[in-house]
Amino acid sequence: MRFEPFVCEKAHIAALPAANIDTDVIMPKTFLKGIDRKGLDVGAFHHLRFASDGVPRADFVLNQAPWTQAKFLVTGENFGCGSSREHAVWGLLQLGIRAVVAQSFGGIFFDNCARNGLLAIESDEADVERLSRHANAGKEITIDLDSQSIITPGETIGFDIGERRKFMLMNGLDAIGITLKRRDEIASFENEYLGQRKWLAGKGVSAA
Amino acid sequence: MLAPKTLYDKLVDAHTVCNLDEAGQEILLYVDRTVLNEYTSPQAFTGLREAGRKAWRPETALGVVDHVNSTRPARITLIGGEQDIQSEYFARNCRDFDIELFDLFHRQQGIEHVVMPELGLVLPGLVIAAGDSHTTTYGAFGSLGFGIGTSDIEHLLATQTLVYRRLKNMLIRVEGDLPVGVTAKDLIMSVIRKIGAAGASGFAVEFAGQAIDRLSMEGRMTMCNMAVECGARGALVAPDQKTFDYISGKPRAPSGEDLAAALTAWTDLRSDPEAGFDETVTLEASAIEPMVSWGTSPDQAAPISARIPDPERETDPDRKRDAIRALDYMGLEPGMDLRAIRIDHAFIGSCTNARIEDLRAAAAILKGRKVASGVHAIIVPGSSEVRRMAEAEGLDRIFIQAGFEWRQSGCSMCLAMNDDVVAPGERCASSTNRNFEGRQGAGARTHLMSPAMVAAAAVAGRLSDIRSLGSN
Repeated sequence: MRFEPFVCEKAHIAALPAANIDTDVIMPKTFLKGIDRKGLDVGAFHHLRFASDGVPRADFVLNQAPWTQAKFLVTGENFGCGSSREHAVWGLLQLGIRAVVAQSFGGIFFDNCARNGLLAIESDEADVERLSRHANAGKEITIDLDSQSIITPGETIGFDIGERRKFMLMNGLDAIGITLKRRDEIASFENEYLGQRKWLAGKGVSAA
Repeated sequence: MLAPKTLYDKLVDAHTVCNLDEAGQEILLYVDRTVLNEYTSPQAFTGLREAGRKAWRPETALGVVDHVNSTRPARITLIGGEQDIQSEYFARNCRDFDIELFDLFHRQQGIEHVVMPELGLVLPGLVIAAGDSHTTTYGAFGSLGFGIGTSDIEHLLATQTLVYRRLKNMLIRVEGDLPVGVTAKDLIMSVIRKIGAAGASGFAVEFAGQAIDRLSMEGRMTMCNMAVECGARGALVAPDQKTFDYISGKPRAPSGEDLAAALTAWTDLRSDPEAGFDETVTLEASAIEPMVSWGTSPDQAAPISARIPDPERETDPDRKRDAIRALDYMGLEPGMDLRAIRIDHAFIGSCTNARIEDLRAAAAILKGRKVASGVHAIIVPGSSEVRRMAEAEGLDRIFIQAGFEWRQSGCSMCLAMNDDVVAPGERCASSTNRNFEGRQGAGARTHLMSPAMVAAAAVAGRLSDIRSLGSN
């Protein structure tokens, strides 16, 4: 699936100062019951954003000005750990979040971000602290993917990203279409692989 | 002389179609098999439909309904509502894409990660990627299993491959023997507590050492299953005679000449003696105690004999902050004796701990005992096959006499996508894998532990030490 490319964005950044914010928290189970990607904005951080009676919680950063307009998050270690549910990424995007800066990410979540155009930036503890200070000061920042830099009032922080991931994000490309250009290469690998493993050839998961 | 390799590197090398970067860190990885469920797959099939794409090798995929279904004993209808939409669309997708489906009424229905091994579909040397994080379970067979999101399910179905980034290698050695009453669950919870919820992030871990060698296949599955809770995107145990014996004779495992050929190939599936690991962690099995979690992350856990740690004594400011928040959510105080924590629910189930061995361990505790009044207790077998085995052994009667509900199979209260939900503020002793905020219901409080420890908690009405109870 093609997605909206990420090139350069300027926006507010909201700080979520916690480690291990899991995908159950990002997208609670109640919102996993559809068969499409729609309507997940209301689910994103639902129990942090809303009290049980549906009233927005004043103590949650994304309910406070100016972070109601935030397009970026900055957070601690292991953001997006836990369940594989891609709904977490879809929901963040639908909430308007375009980039997350974290000390580290859950592995599946990190890949899910790349497949949907959500920029996941791994930064060290010092950079996360610096960005959190800018976030809490209510300042807008710019994230420029091409130059791999986060531009804050007063300083520019660089970040690393794999070349291929960057290319896909900047162009919003469909990974399947690109892989299928290697159709013949895959088929030839498969022939040789299965040829060496007679116990797998042709059977798949069907009864032996 | 070839360079020595870890088991993980051997598996990845054998499945590398081509490199996608010069360093060979990002590759196109060939995937042998997948298992699909009704809740993470629908958008993948829609993507295929919209692009007019077919499944590359549909015979390598199996569909299993497990996440949203009710596990109430009467299997007559679905719950009614959105869950039915998912199950119905799943059935249509499997039919249209020529994928075998175990629906709710199939004799082999169950939790995907219990069904796959018990059919003999998880074999040493395979790469199995699936839309569920606990796909790491398959590492117990020396098979590289890992979870993927929905976009990657679509990619896998369309191309039989994934764009894959190589992981670093971590060796976790567990020396010695586990004490009586201490299980694989306690061991993996101890590992997670030791290295942290992100401790193996970016790594594939290999479990080794005498304690791992002596674990049953079920125990090894529990270890690999929960390795994802310390961030591992792959967990392996080198296959041995125990593995081969487990596989032989399973309904869909290779047999005859095929099995003989496979067994010859599988003997090479171990890390070379000189292979280098990026990190090594060592634990002494004899020091492991029955574990329970007290917080909202699986690394917030302690031996049952301990007290709840005081966040004020935590030297790391981030961990202190997270512990204070966790205790507030859990409604607990620092210094409390864990054995004083009263429970409202007892749940034995999940892909972590609902295999026949887990049910036998729970039955050994529950035989001749009663669930404490006020505790709602349910047992959800890992598969319909496990349910039949348990009934053949008379375990169901022990559970029912003790006051547990005896259920059909599914994920059920592990993630509460069905009608088994823990109410806000209520507390559950649970043989599952995640104690996250809201996991078992909004405001629900989860304590992770082994199935036998859940049984003991159900009887006592509070968390308790299995070792002070013993078997009846």
